[in-house]
Amino acid sequence: MRHIISMLLENEAGALSRVAGLFSARGYNIESLNVAPTDDVTLSRLTLVTSGSEEIIEQIIKQLNKLVDVVKLVDLTEGPHIEREMLIIKLHATGAMRDEVKRLATDYQGRIIDKTDTTFTIEVTDSSERLDAFIEAVRAAGVIEVVRSGVSGIARGESGLRV
Amino acid sequence: MELTGADIFVRCLADEGVEYVFGYPGGAALHIYDALYKQEKVKHILVRHEQGAAHAADGYARATGRPGVVLVTSGPGVTNTVTGIATAYMDSIPLVIFSGQVPTSLIGDDAFQEVDAVGITRPCVKHNFLVKDVKDLAATIKKAFYVATTGRPGPVLVDIPKDVTAHKHEYEYPKSVIMRSYNPEIKGEPGQIKKAVEIILSAKRPMIYTGGGVILGEASDTLTDLVRLLGYPCTNTLMGLGAYPASDPLFVGMLGMHGTYEANMAMHECDVLIAIGARFDDRVTGDLNKFCPHARIIHVDIDPSSISKNVPVEVPIVGSSGAVMRDMIKLITESKIRPDKTALVAWWKQIDKWRSLNCLDYDRDSKLIKPQYVLEKLYELTDGDAYITSDVGQHQMWAAQYYKFDKPRRWINSGGLGTMGFGLPAAMGVKLAFPEATVACVTGEASIQMCIQELSTCKQYDLPIIIVNLNNRYMGMVRQWQEFFYDRRYSHSYMDALPDFIKLAEAYGHVGIKIEKPADVEGALKEAIRMKDRLVFLDFITDQTENVYPMIAAGKGQNEMHLSPHKAVVTPDRELA
Repeated sequence: MRHIISMLLENEAGALSRVAGLFSARGYNIESLNVAPTDDVTLSRLTLVTSGSEEIIEQIIKQLNKLVDVVKLVDLTEGPHIEREMLIIKLHATGAMRDEVKRLATDYQGRIIDKTDTTFTIEVTDSSERLDAFIEAVRAAGVIEVVRSGVSGIARGESGLRV
Repeated sequence: MELTGADIFVRCLADEGVEYVFGYPGGAALHIYDALYKQEKVKHILVRHEQGAAHAADGYARATGRPGVVLVTSGPGVTNTVTGIATAYMDSIPLVIFSGQVPTSLIGDDAFQEVDAVGITRPCVKHNFLVKDVKDLAATIKKAFYVATTGRPGPVLVDIPKDVTAHKHEYEYPKSVIMRSYNPEIKGEPGQIKKAVEIILSAKRPMIYTGGGVILGEASDTLTDLVRLLGYPCTNTLMGLGAYPASDPLFVGMLGMHGTYEANMAMHECDVLIAIGARFDDRVTGDLNKFCPHARIIHVDIDPSSISKNVPVEVPIVGSSGAVMRDMIKLITESKIRPDKTALVAWWKQIDKWRSLNCLDYDRDSKLIKPQYVLEKLYELTDGDAYITSDVGQHQMWAAQYYKFDKPRRWINSGGLGTMGFGLPAAMGVKLAFPEATVACVTGEASIQMCIQELSTCKQYDLPIIIVNLNNRYMGMVRQWQEFFYDRRYSHSYMDALPDFIKLAEAYGHVGIKIEKPADVEGALKEAIRMKDRLVFLDFITDQTENVYPMIAAGKGQNEMHLSPHKAVVTPDRELA
């Protein structure tokens, strides 16, 4: 099953490679990973998407918690949560396709952030699943480039991941 | 007063109570070596290869329970320690390794003797640090010792660029450490312990299986109390030998691939398994699908990630082995429920039947020296009270089987990583820690050559170790597997062109004795023990065909043991059950 694991990391050199190295050393897979500083400059927030059996996810969480640089960790998929990913996609857009692509972008709450006579560059922020659907929908136009941020997430309700 | 980083470094070690540093100098570490030269508190042992430094520090740590300390230079200095670091990591041994690094201004430039030490060691350390500023040096060293020695212990590397050791800063060694991201759990959860005790007291065929965690947790006495209170059978893993006295009747021997018949059969048939400070290693469990098929399993470990990693358990308890066992003893003593006596008598009757097979018996009439005989004699002549280090292979298994360790920290071997070359340098660390004790390195002609250069270190520091070389002219364990599983195609396991070990020992300034007849074994061992001030290299020319039994082939169940052909019973499986 797919899990979104999000953690606060000491904002130190090498912390990211400890996390990434753990996954490669133990043969776990990472579907996506992103990391950036938080409002507290000593902490980074790292969010990764992985999948595996319940036993494997349990091991992943235990192994991550064992890393000295991991301060706090949550498996967002264990409770109600919101996940978001940003997509930037550059498409061929000529002739009749221009209107079609524009219409699809509007449907998916996307924004055209750059255009030329023959291309559109569109930004969409949504769940990974919706982004997949959007890419499929516009594929016929001709994809030039796809950039995805990887999933970020946050738990619903009042509780927060803080030190 | 402001001190240089190098002086701060040495002061930190002194304030940390470090007795010995095992190391080898080089360019990036020269400021530190200069600071070492100017003081006398911290003693430095110069090895002949950095791998030897890591193993020696490791042996010191295993024997004393205190952290082992290593100091090496950048580049090849630190890469040479990697095998030693990985060895310590796999067996959870507290080491602090200091490596010199090129100056911060040159990091990343492929400078002379530059290597990414933090990157290279990351997968085999508990944690590591790169110190970029002299003001962080003392605090980082304090943290390194704290992380290495607390929770599940392990090696920690501190990489120190040369300019940091030249820069000056006010010295103050922190009294304590608080790390928001590192708080190892010590006390077990009371509810879980209560649940465990209920299951323990309801057992009809119980088994207590303990590992290195009991030794690391200084909990051998507590384990002994617990086992005796219950009257349950106890087995130790290779790493756990000595945690429970091997000469005690409640001890059923080591378990696992080369464990005793009774230990493995009791594991297979038990209805409650109490695992303490052990990690269900593949060499213990065999085929996981056939592992302890009837057992409810309780697992105590300080490392949550060890629990339910290989084998799902019913009652997980995260905590130190000592604290949890003390809580268990208290609850058992207070409980009105007593273990089922009738069931326990029947269980012991069954175990004694398995035991009566005498699975470690071997051919005592052979005209060739049997390695088992050498170890039995070594045990007898040292009153079972020596520190025994070993290398890896057949001799290691025989030492584990035939030397009955009654005390913890006496059996010093590379269990997890299985590092050939470990034994001799580890023995140096032990001998330095306990100069009055008898320290023997049980090895083979293949393993000993992997760190043979340390004979020179032994001479320089006058370390009278007894080297028991079981010389069968083969990489014995490799040869055994080739005999069993590769139709006797002995591919590259034969040691041709061996050195004359006697002359070699003499060339290094030691004593060498070659023993070729069983009748001379006892005399040679006595001679070596008698020569208290000399390192004696005993080269026993042993039976080349001897194999380690019992043996569970990889992927087989615990009740599927090969027994020695010397034994009449050849079908082990439930024959006696």
